Amino acid sequence: MAEYKGILVCGELANGKLGSITTELLGCGRRLADDLKEDLCCLLVGEAVGEPAKEAIAFGADKVYSVEDASLKDYEADSYMQVVEKLVKETSPRAIIMGQTFMGRDLAPRLAFRLGTSLATDCLDLSIDPNTKLLVQTRPVYGSNAQAVFTSDVIPQMVTVRSKAMSPLERDDSRTGEVIPFKVDIDASKVRTKTLETVMEEAVGLKLEDAPVIVAGGRGLGGPEPFQTTLKELADLLHGAVGASRPPADNGWVPEALHIGLTGKIVAPDVYFAIAISGASQHTAGCSGSKHIIAINKDPEANIFREAELGVVGKYEDVVPALTNKLKELLAG
Amino acid sequence: MPVNMIVCCKQVPDPEAPPAVFKVVDNKMTWPAEVKPVIGQYEEFALEAALRIKDAAGGKITALSLGNNFVRDVIKKALAVGGDELVLLEDEAFEDSDSWATANALAMAIKKIGEYDIIFCGRQSSDWDAGQTGLGIAEILQLPAVTLARKVEVADGKARVEQVIPDGCRVVEVPLPAVVTVTSELGALRYAALKGIMAAAKKQPVIWKPADIGLEPSQVGAAGRRNKLEKLFQPVKEGKCEMIEGDTPAEAGANLALRLREAKLL
Ligand SMILES: Cc1cc2nc3c(=O)[nH]c(=O)nc-3n(C[C@H](O)[C@H](O)[C@H](O)COP(=O)(O)OP(=O)(O)OC[C@H]3O[C@@H](n4cnc5c(N)ncnc54)[C@H](O)[C@@H]3O)c2cc1C
Ligand SMILES: Nc1ncnc2c1ncn2[C@@H]1O[C@H](COP(=O)(O)O)[C@@H](O)[C@H]1O
Repeated sequence: MAEYKGILVCGELANGKLGSITTELLGCGRRLADDLKEDLCCLLVGEAVGEPAKEAIAFGADKVYSVEDASLKDYEADSYMQVVEKLVKETSPRAIIMGQTFMGRDLAPRLAFRLGTSLATDCLDLSIDPNTKLLVQTRPVYGSNAQAVFTSDVIPQMVTVRSKAMSPLERDDSRTGEVIPFKVDIDASKVRTKTLETVMEEAVGLKLEDAPVIVAGGRGLGGPEPFQTTLKELADLLHGAVGASRPPADNGWVPEALHIGLTGKIVAPDVYFAIAISGASQHTAGCSGSKHIIAINKDPEANIFREAELGVVGKYEDVVPALTNKLKELLAG
Repeated sequence: MPVNMIVCCKQVPDPEAPPAVFKVVDNKMTWPAEVKPVIGQYEEFALEAALRIKDAAGGKITALSLGNNFVRDVIKKALAVGGDELVLLEDEAFEDSDSWATANALAMAIKKIGEYDIIFCGRQSSDWDAGQTGLGIAEILQLPAVTLARKVEVADGKARVEQVIPDGCRVVEVPLPAVVTVTSELGALRYAALKGIMAAAKKQPVIWKPADIGLEPSQVGAAGRRNKLEKLFQPVKEGKCEMIEGDTPAEAGANLALRLREAKLL
């Protein structure tokens, strides 16, 4: 039987560069690999991965397996599975770490079941049990009302990690590592799905993930209009972005890209305004990392006031315009 | 062509109950009796996806659930809204299952049901939030799978799925049979009509024990797990919110601006 050794991070690219989730996974992977005194490896798949491979080393990888193939530019489960399955069989990592991203959510469970191993998704914390060398996996459950610590004695160990849960290392271009080209002949007959069309929502203004201030609205806004007027005015004044809880996105009041929470985006701005949002745990899962949460809600019992630092009880129609006007005055003066 | 569909539904405590009522006691999640069991949110969206296909193309919907002590009125909602059959994997042995044991037992039940074009699951369960079972079933039955569907249509032995991707959507074609996991943008589940509720009340679910799906009790539930729950805990929150007052809500809003400025938050 092969000896299982080392940590494998399945990296992701964003606009041809190393995605931020990958630097986070490498930061966490480095710590685990050091505890085990084993290697940290990173898989990068795409059209051209030369530059990102160097970045991955600068962010902590000892080895980068680079798979360059124009047909692998966009994630497709049945072709990516062939790549990871082959790499895992040939390199026998002790643990496989992916991001809780579109790709990780789609790929990790398939791989875990194919390998017959167990998987913990959306982990917030990972460590190595020094006695067993097994991964100790902490993940939120019950809509983030609690956290569960799991272990599994099946090898390889598999987890996905929530974005922004781990810190990347400082980039250090003097780090050394090896880039290993890895060849996979994709068997097209095993790719059962076919992408007919891809439609991107045009990005308007600041990306939520990068905004220092987020003005988020909920079902209590009653329709699309306040997002474009009342909330946008406040967001523009503070050079921030407008976000939403799930119902406004489900109802088509705002684009899906603005949906924040367990099943939406995870954000951590300096200031997060939650306006007419009740504060369900599945929503606050996506914004609890914010430095300051400010809640405006007509219901004094709303759960969001348990999460917030400052709060106003009142109808947003009354509170928010007055807040914006006063802030305008203060910022001008 | 009528489409045979299986919708995997889980009975869970209402995920929208106020967070504070969920309490961890002895490594188990507990909730008071007023928190009612419901069908998981994403499974409701999955049921709606199946019903829309049934509306458009005709077909049969079998709801499938694994657990123990099902509340009949709750799980029968799948019939009341328009499902045709209800299969319950109901036994003490199925309790405390993990994603592995759940997907395995559901896959065995699906094999036994035999006729299926699409297996629908939610993107994630509304209690353990794992997001694994649908893809697990697909791997075990060696079926293609498409996740995060917001629209599903069937034609010529294929499904055309609108899949939500970061900042957009893509249209994916998949040959049937296939597994499709559904996300919330698909739209809310329709209300049950009175006729449906009455028909559901009369209908008896099919109940299978582990042996009925060819599994030993040791392969299901707690005994069949591949992971171990070491600990369940609730991180303590300081939760001190300073309420900003005013004679009117508008004044409170203005006072909030002053407070934000004073605290140098902006
Ligand atoms: C597995 C799972 C995953 C989920 N993932 C997410 C997720 O990622 N993100 C997410 O947001 N949700 C998610 N949800 C849904 C979540 O449980 C809640 O249903 C949702 O967050 C509620 O959104 P809301 O607060 O906008 O709406 P509601 O809960 O309906 O709250 C509306 C609030 O607005 C207030 N209000 C009404 N009118 C006014 C007014 N005029 N002025 C001021 N206040 C007013 C009300 O007092 C109320 O508090 C998920 C659920 C499940 C089961
Ligand atoms: N016990 C169960 N019975 C029926 N379906 C289930 C069960 N557990 C999970 N599922 C299905 O699998 C999906 C994902 O569940 P999970 O992997 O637990 O997040 C759910 O939305 C359901 O469709």
